[in-house]
Amino acid sequence: MSVLAQQLLLGVLIGGLYGLAAAGLSLVFGVLRVLNVAHGDLIMLGGYGAFWLFALLGLDPFLSLLLVVPAALAAGALLYWGLFASVVRFHDETRIKNSLLVSFGLALAVHALAVRLWTADERSITTSYGGEVLTVAGLAVPRVRLLSLLVAFGLIACVHLLLTRWRWGRAIRATAEDWQAALLVGIDVRKAYLLAFAIGTALAGAAGSLVSVGYSISPSIGLEWTLKALIVVVLAGLGSMVGTFVGGILLGLAEAVSAAAFGGPYREVVGLVIILVVLVARPQGLFGRS
Amino acid sequence: MLEVRDLAAAYGDLAALSGATLTVGGGEIVALVGPNGAGKSTLLKCISGLLRPRSGAISSQGRDLLALHPHEIVEQGLALVPEGRRLFGQMTVEENLALGAFSARARAEQRSSLDRVYQLFPVLEERRRQLSRTLSGGQQQMVAIGRALMTAPRLLMLDEPSLGLAPRVVASIFETLGAINRSGVSVLLVEQNVRAALRLARRAYVLEGGRVVGEGRARDLLDDAHVRRAYLGPLAAQ
Repeated sequence: MSVLAQQLLLGVLIGGLYGLAAAGLSLVFGVLRVLNVAHGDLIMLGGYGAFWLFALLGLDPFLSLLLVVPAALAAGALLYWGLFASVVRFHDETRIKNSLLVSFGLALAVHALAVRLWTADERSITTSYGGEVLTVAGLAVPRVRLLSLLVAFGLIACVHLLLTRWRWGRAIRATAEDWQAALLVGIDVRKAYLLAFAIGTALAGAAGSLVSVGYSISPSIGLEWTLKALIVVVLAGLGSMVGTFVGGILLGLAEAVSAAAFGGPYREVVGLVIILVVLVARPQGLFGRS
Repeated sequence: MLEVRDLAAAYGDLAALSGATLTVGGGEIVALVGPNGAGKSTLLKCISGLLRPRSGAISSQGRDLLALHPHEIVEQGLALVPEGRRLFGQMTVEENLALGAFSARARAEQRSSLDRVYQLFPVLEERRRQLSRTLSGGQQQMVAIGRALMTAPRLLMLDEPSLGLAPRVVASIFETLGAINRSGVSVLLVEQNVRAALRLARRAYVLEGGRVVGEGRARDLLDDAHVRRAYLGPLAAQ
């Protein structure tokens, strides 16, 4: 019983990172209606960014978030201008298709770049406090992973506040609902797109940093994380940052249950089953509006 | 206030406008009436920048509107209340109205604009925390007009505001449009409810099949034989 409880706890801890990873994708897809399959590779880059800062400068990975997040924000802006600004000129179907093509190319390029820069080996950041484990109610809680969960939640809360209190945050939400109506109230929708994409990328970078310290990264984790993010976006639905975070936790829990019930190899399958079930039973997701 | 010259527009291969010309003077209420599919909405979309015309010219107070991005056209003082309202349904009345004052010029007047909107539509002040998608059709139309007013427009354009609304509500809204006009805002009203539109407006144009087929004083058009036959029903001929 306590083995299951332990697994569930670990599921919650990684679920927070799933939620953070998904939040970025949700923002980009919800606002721009663009599917960036390279999102997971941006997460991977964020992880390597933190890894580099740790290996070269000895910078604690939680502190290096202060550098990684702004860098990812800037990178997101550049990527938007370079790749997606022209894609969003199209409508709906063409937009999605083109974005898949463009982002798939981006994913391949980023993956190749990462292999060239850091080799294909798995990396992980081991800090001095990395092995510390708290014991709560008989369960082992790795300190680093707990801290990651809290940071992830903090970032999600920040973005939620940005979207509700900041003028441009409200503009982003309005654009997500109805971009033509947004134009009609004087919102420069191109700028809203840019901001949403940049913030989404910043969230990806942050998620990657947290993954690199609590878990491990390698150039090939991109697709895996894109898929995790996508599962959570489908499960939670669009339109709520906090809902997406909760969705991530739910996926983490579901994976833990699945691994406990059917064995390790079936951990990943539950995510795909979730997509199918949600799309059939409640397509707008748990927290999305129909 | 607004000059449209020889405007031609199409959706793909489907020609929607083939040479429309109209003007709106400062402080006027001008109606644009005609049947379904005549190109009235298309014309408004071209003016507000949502649709690129194939040819023609649109200018306001000397500025070429075709060179501007839609949000810049709003900043120039031309606001469109689109067909079907297009509110931000997940947001409250307050939030919708606040978003109307997005541009810098509108933000400077946000407080006074909001006071005016609540004065014109008191029910919106009562329901300001309510989610806009839970409002009735008439109330949603008020929010849509209010939101456009928050942009501090010099010209207010409306695309079929009476659609789907009960006659009493329509009458009330048209009355309010009159009040808005009297406060100095020019109005361009596109309507299928020809009688109500011609009663409210000073001048009007009749659009059929993408062309302007009639224009003049609204009162005169109410008496025009073709207009009466085509739009005002058998009883109007009496």
